[in-house]
Amino acid sequence: MEELVNLFHGFAVALQPFNIMVMIVGIVLGVLIGVLPGLGGANGVAILLPLTFSMSPTSAIIMLSCIYWGALFGGAITSILFNIPGEPWSVATTFDGYPMAQKGKAGEALTAAFTSSFVGALFAVVMITLVAPLVASFALQFGPAEKFAVYFLAFCSFVGLSKEPPFKTIAAMMIGFALAAVGLDSITGQLRLTFGITHLLNGFDFLIAVIGLFGIGEILLTMEEGLAFRGGTAKINLRVVLQTWKELPTYWITSLRSCLIGCWMGITPAGATPASFMSYGIAKRVAKNGSNFGKGEIEGVVAPETAAHAAGTAALLPMLSLGVPGSPTAAVLLGGLLIWGLQPGPMLFVEQKEFVWGLIASMYLGNLVGLLVVLTCVPIFAAILRVPFSIIAPLILVLCAIGAYSVHSSTFDVILMLVFGVIGYLLKKCNYPLAPLVLAIVLGDKAEEAFRQSLLGSQGSLSVFFSNTLVSSIMILGLIALFWSVIQQGYTRLRGAPA
Amino acid sequence: MKHTAQTALGAIAALCAVGISVPATAAWEPVRPVEFIVPAGTGGGADQMARTIQGIVTKHSLMKQPMVVINKSGGAGGEGFLDLKTSGGNPHKIIITLSNLFTTPLATGIPFSWKDLTPVAMLALDEFVLWVNAEKPYKTAKEYVDAVKAAPAGSMKMGGTGSKQEDQIITVAVEKATGSKFTYIPYKGGGEVAVQLVGNHVDSTVNNPIEAVAQWRGGKLRPLCVFDDHPMNYDEQVADGKSWKDIPTCKSQGLDIEYLMLRGIFMSPRATKDQVEYYVELFKKVRATPEWQDFMKSGAFNTTFLTGADYAKWVEVEEKRHETLMKDAGFLAAPGN
Repeated sequence: MEELVNLFHGFAVALQPFNIMVMIVGIVLGVLIGVLPGLGGANGVAILLPLTFSMSPTSAIIMLSCIYWGALFGGAITSILFNIPGEPWSVATTFDGYPMAQKGKAGEALTAAFTSSFVGALFAVVMITLVAPLVASFALQFGPAEKFAVYFLAFCSFVGLSKEPPFKTIAAMMIGFALAAVGLDSITGQLRLTFGITHLLNGFDFLIAVIGLFGIGEILLTMEEGLAFRGGTAKINLRVVLQTWKELPTYWITSLRSCLIGCWMGITPAGATPASFMSYGIAKRVAKNGSNFGKGEIEGVVAPETAAHAAGTAALLPMLSLGVPGSPTAAVLLGGLLIWGLQPGPMLFVEQKEFVWGLIASMYLGNLVGLLVVLTCVPIFAAILRVPFSIIAPLILVLCAIGAYSVHSSTFDVILMLVFGVIGYLLKKCNYPLAPLVLAIVLGDKAEEAFRQSLLGSQGSLSVFFSNTLVSSIMILGLIALFWSVIQQGYTRLRGAPA
Repeated sequence: MKHTAQTALGAIAALCAVGISVPATAAWEPVRPVEFIVPAGTGGGADQMARTIQGIVTKHSLMKQPMVVINKSGGAGGEGFLDLKTSGGNPHKIIITLSNLFTTPLATGIPFSWKDLTPVAMLALDEFVLWVNAEKPYKTAKEYVDAVKAAPAGSMKMGGTGSKQEDQIITVAVEKATGSKFTYIPYKGGGEVAVQLVGNHVDSTVNNPIEAVAQWRGGKLRPLCVFDDHPMNYDEQVADGKSWKDIPTCKSQGLDIEYLMLRGIFMSPRATKDQVEYYVELFKKVRATPEWQDFMKSGAFNTTFLTGADYAKWVEVEEKRHETLMKDAGFLAAPGN
């Protein structure tokens, strides 16, 4: 009950005219940042951080978190329109969002994505409001073994639940793991696979790979297929929004499941990317029209977007209550908090009530404002697809190049992006799925790190992954997901195949 | 573009020389945005300090040109150092260092030494404190060390940031001094290490004060001793009636180890005296602001400030020491690597 009183007090803070203005400015800036692939939420927040030093800490964090949400919304736009995920967690959105746009349903896809983001984030905020202290203590139970189990689950649910031939999935994943291994081995402190090339010290950045594999690869494919975007017939009026809204409630089970997956992954410090992949994978298996996934199914947009945003929002909780950022953006926000003299950690909720609840209230309002801002722009975004390919393709290329450059301010990355583009084109031609490759680049080194940390702690014994209820149950879930099709077949056979 | 800028610059310089009687020794000033490189990831100690400085410079308008913080964390910071090394003669690049100034070239064999850069100033020294979970019975460093000695070798876990870097160097030093054996588990960031200790996934850490202070105040962690030759200077109460000053030195607890981490500034090679002087003055102004003093207090930093020859000498001694420490620990990169 006390939480609710605090929350309403928070609303009073967040609703001050200055703070509302700050919120809108933040959302608009965030959407712009999100649209530029590569710039991303973390860089955006880092660049704009100094702007906020003259504000009160509460206004400043409201602005920064609104930039964060704006970027989350913005990331979906390029994923759906051009097949270029601006953020790791938008990758899964491209699977069905882009085919929808090609079918002329860009407006529907965007509306579904934005609305799902809103629902996911709202669900997570409500959870933060009600069970913040409980969640914090749950997050503490996650040591290296538990973390590895979560990554294991993400990989397994992807392999086991995908309908691609498992060997192609595994092959693509292995390429991803190999790429993820380049750079510094964080356990031994040795350089791996860098061949003395300075540019490889940092390994392969996920964003460069994704911009190349998806963005450039897609442009190459489109060129081959006759230089035309197939989204020319997109409806461009606001009625699309309302029509899509009518359809969305039928997917409530998918939404709820995705919210839960998202919150859970956000609190366990695994984050938004595995959440979106897992949610998509499970929806593909479970949904009635799952076999149509990948061809432009609206449910395939709802599932990953809801989960990603629930996770992204839930990830702010470990940052505030434990001081451990759940995402790179949260890490920059954390730096901001320290500059304003706020020490994240268990005492923040006790000592800085106004700040914490102002922030939580701004999460509600920021999301709402964000949704309104982006929804009104849906027709404008969808209209971009009417621009002829000969004009838009060079623009996308430039956008991709800027995005790739801005990740590390390095021209080498731009070349790398082009190389990845060719690889992406070839893989698509040979029908290898790109998603497992991307998943492995993003999570490969983290999973490896957690695995080796666990083994260090257990003196090399694998039993550490079954040493307590929490970790064992996650591992078993992972194994079930991995062998799901086998289990399903066996089950059907047991019941007597001829039905 | 560069050419135009240079021409314009030349024109301005000519104007100044002819039109206004500015003395020929006019102090140097940045004419382009200054890149402030952080050879570590976002959210870590060096990053926080760099971003605090950026905030102070912006807020108090200490520079006419903007200051841009850029993280180049690849290869344990090697990426950032190499970037600076190859930017000789570009005075618009400065770097903040941590101990990886010494440890990265030694452990990875990346071709780089601090002598490739121009030293500017030591801003502060970061302290290291031995922490245990507050639920554990150990009240003093001695009790803890005895427990480690009594436990089977390698069964006690020390969490730390990075591999073959400062945290592991201290861990090895503790092992040597006490004849015990830890299992060292490297994590990505200091905040994560502190939380792993709160969750009892490791038995102790050597976190910097700023990384663990929140958990101390929350009653989750207990500081045992500080790896410095005198207690920290801050006597303001922090948690359970104790201040930073009340934490005894490890030496007084029978653990004769001192380790402080450099938070210093270097700039690109071949900088002129004027250019170094400009940045020294800038950081003097930064140090005078109340924001900086608050930051120092929040992280219980050792506020030693050194410039010029004193600074270079300090770095040189410290490099030798790291070489010995790393060699003893077997952390040096294999030749030909």
